Amino acid sequence: MSAEKTENLSWIDKRFPLTETWKGHLAEYYAPKNLNFWSFFGSLAILTLLIQIVTGIWLAMNYKPDAALAFASVEYIMRDVDWGWLIRYMHSTGASMFFIVIYLHMFRALLWGSYRKPRELLWIIGVIIYLAMMATAFFGYLLPWGQMSYWGAQVIVNLFAAVPVVGDDLSVWVRGDYVISDATLNRFFAFHFLLPFILAALVFIHIVALHHVGSNNPDGIEIKDGPKGNRWSPKAPADGIPFHPYYTVKDFMGVVVFLALFSLIMFYAPTMGGIFLEAPNFQPANPMLTPPHIAPVWYFTPYYAMLRAVPPMWGSQFPGVVVMFGAILIFFVLPWLDRSPVKSIRYKGPVFKVALAIFAVSFVVLAWLGMQPASDLSTLLSQIFTVLYFAFFLLMPIYSSLDKTKPVPERVTA
Amino acid sequence: MSAEGVNNMRRRVLVAATSVIGAVGAGYALVPFVASMNPSARARAAGAPVEADVSKLEPGALLRVKWRGKPVWVVHRTPEMITALATNDPKLVDPQSAVESQQPAYCQNPTRSIKPEYLVAIGICTHLGCSPTYRPEFGPDDLGADWKGGFHCPCHGSRFDLAARVFKNVPAPTNLVIPKHTYLNATTILIGEDRGAA
Repeated sequence: MSAEKTENLSWIDKRFPLTETWKGHLAEYYAPKNLNFWSFFGSLAILTLLIQIVTGIWLAMNYKPDAALAFASVEYIMRDVDWGWLIRYMHSTGASMFFIVIYLHMFRALLWGSYRKPRELLWIIGVIIYLAMMATAFFGYLLPWGQMSYWGAQVIVNLFAAVPVVGDDLSVWVRGDYVISDATLNRFFAFHFLLPFILAALVFIHIVALHHVGSNNPDGIEIKDGPKGNRWSPKAPADGIPFHPYYTVKDFMGVVVFLALFSLIMFYAPTMGGIFLEAPNFQPANPMLTPPHIAPVWYFTPYYAMLRAVPPMWGSQFPGVVVMFGAILIFFVLPWLDRSPVKSIRYKGPVFKVALAIFAVSFVVLAWLGMQPASDLSTLLSQIFTVLYFAFFLLMPIYSSLDKTKPVPERVTA
Repeated sequence: MSAEGVNNMRRRVLVAATSVIGAVGAGYALVPFVASMNPSARARAAGAPVEADVSKLEPGALLRVKWRGKPVWVVHRTPEMITALATNDPKLVDPQSAVESQQPAYCQNPTRSIKPEYLVAIGICTHLGCSPTYRPEFGPDDLGADWKGGFHCPCHGSRFDLAARVFKNVPAPTNLVIPKHTYLNATTILIGEDRGAA
């Protein structure tokens, strides 16, 4: 029996690298032995992407991407389709949970210095994933065709109109009409369906890059540069343990906790008090009337606050748009801004710790400001925190090289 | 790589020429995909003018008419509203309506209208396209004591007066657009066409 199995497996292995892939990426992929809970968010992000793809395909079975039918078809899913309410709330909760997981995953990279050499490309691929995720979320938010869907899309598409010279034509091209209309909804549905598969491909590339350079750890120490030889292999890093079963089991623990939180939100607070699903979106889109207060979903509000913080210059809103996109694109150059001799926050000095804390606080405060109605005070606060947000990046070459660091040990610590 | 009798120079030229022609071809193949995302013939044709009957529009009231999928406002301004307009001038970005793209020439006047009592404007903020809220009252608490009626955009706080002119220090860069329009009779306005008067 077992001889037969081995024979079957070798038949496959001659034609497809099944055993090789299993060993190289799971059973004999050596991850640092000191990973803590921060490492959960990578596998949780994959899980959330899968939840979104599966629930999304099931929603598409009953959803109608037609301006006349879309809103009613979502209500139909909620009321008349068996378990439709659950699949829809899984998808809407999943969208917000995906961003929470990714923001924590990115913050973990800042803590551990995971964007530093040799992981610059890994980080850049990650930022591309983040951009693709935001595009997917933006396209998806139009689909329920509620008031917030409509006016949110109207504002974001009009950002393109602020581009000098070609702006107006560009925004018309994106909408396929002179206003957000059926044509826009139809194409946004097509893109919303396509992008998750591109995301999945990007995640694959992200993991290929990760397994090539090896996983970072809370100490920011390269285990590949350390001594060799562990229980499993004389050539493997001494501080590495096989990903499977050690981290598959550990990550499952994270999955259990995550799904418990996910379920609590999904069953008891799917709208999260108007943050995950905004109240005006329970009214059908009305092109004639903007709701009294509009704001994007929470995961976009930090950038939205920055957009509102910049006053028009030279009769154009374009500078605000540049600041908003610049706030995202600046992540791309982060690997070259950090001049600290050490990677991990554990060995960085007080200046970097304070800078990172200010950055994290600024991001959260901007997210809150972006949800508030525009006022003089909120504009002023947005301006202050936008400056702090950018200062974290732009001053990093200075403060990271001046900062007093602690000595890094040879081996990872427990 | 270089076998006997192989003309490497000729190979490079041929590979380069083939690649360039191929890239041009791929570029042309993109045209239908890019062009199909433009507004369709039906969307382009949907811009027919619409009529607005203002006979029952009371002084101070606002009427919304849909034209090209956008809200068009018709406001019946009271005499107090019209006299108050001039007092806003110092606080406005473009009080004389100098930016020509924002109104037809026949509306380039202090009230930005054909008849002073009727304002016709596209109700789409020139900032990022929200539809501002009609706030006709004088001096409300939230907009300040010297507010002489106008429009307040809920999205980003832009303010316009009752001639749809933008105030200084708000996100919107220009006055709201006045569409082409004409009076078919004393109380019927045709929006979207002006019989060549422009």
